[in-house]
Amino acid sequence: MSTTGTIADRDWPRARIAVLRDAVGVGVAVGALGLSFGALSVLAGFSVAQTCALSLLMFSGASQFAVIGVLGAGGGALTGAATATLLGVRNSLYGLNLASLLRLRGVRRLVGAHLVLDESSAMATARDDPREARLAFWATGVAVFVLWNIATLGGALGAHVLPDPEALGLDVAAPAAFVALLLPRLRGRRLWALAVAAAVLALIMVPLLPAGTPVLVAGLTAIVAALAARRAGGR
Amino acid sequence: MWTAILLGTLGVYLLKLVGLCVPKSVLEQPQVQQASALLPVALLAALVAVQTFATGHELVLDARAAGFAVALLAALLRAPFLLVVALGAGTAAVLRLIA
Repeated sequence: MSTTGTIADRDWPRARIAVLRDAVGVGVAVGALGLSFGALSVLAGFSVAQTCALSLLMFSGASQFAVIGVLGAGGGALTGAATATLLGVRNSLYGLNLASLLRLRGVRRLVGAHLVLDESSAMATARDDPREARLAFWATGVAVFVLWNIATLGGALGAHVLPDPEALGLDVAAPAAFVALLLPRLRGRRLWALAVAAAVLALIMVPLLPAGTPVLVAGLTAIVAALAARRAGGR
Repeated sequence: MWTAILLGTLGVYLLKLVGLCVPKSVLEQPQVQQASALLPVALLAALVAVQTFATGHELVLDARAAGFAVALLAALLRAPFLLVVALGAGTAAVLRLIA
């Protein structure tokens, strides 16, 4: 039994297998969501090539769903790109936490940045041993990248085969996935209030603003209000 | 559409890279920390609301709302990710089958 977080060389092979197994498990779960992303993207009017480009290049689930959601609802390209970018802000924070752990330079940093995700960051920061954490980051990042992209292609091609996506309830898959992603973050009354306020604001704006913009405007308004309320409330 | 894809990709990638490059002091400022914790919550909540209750410029209450309610309940009960998605989609599918 080791008393600290570090792992003895003797125990490393077993620890390595455990990390790799977890990485593949996360990849499979994410892949299932990739299937629905691929199908929904094609149904929203994107080509198979555009759908695969999103998964290969943008490679950030929530941002990708935002792009197809905003443009599918008739929103403009800039609104879609801005919403996707703002949803990617959390990746900066992940990167910050990972930087001292991974200590990447040059090309490896450029490649590593592409793999900074909810999943890879969560798996890496959950490990105490630095060597295990680094392996968890790379293994999870690569597993998710491979399976997410294969699944996207499968979903995009399958979208044409499906009889009627709405009959299968696939249009609810994205909001349901977001709810599952969102709920663990809603710790405390303040965050619940923020979420509800943003949702209500967005719905009020739907009939009034150009398509696609309500999400962006409501989200930003709710955040400004939340920050102002906190400052006014003092500490 | 390519414009949105490429601009969004650039934005998302640069944000990932920034985290690995920027000195800790900048991102450790309390305002930056708070805003980045709040951003995904507010944007995802707004996105879910619009995807569930809006069709074009109109607000509608249809099978999507029921699917969303079931998914929310499942998520509150800490059901696994895929089960939440399947229950949400399945509820809407069954309702549309009956209707």
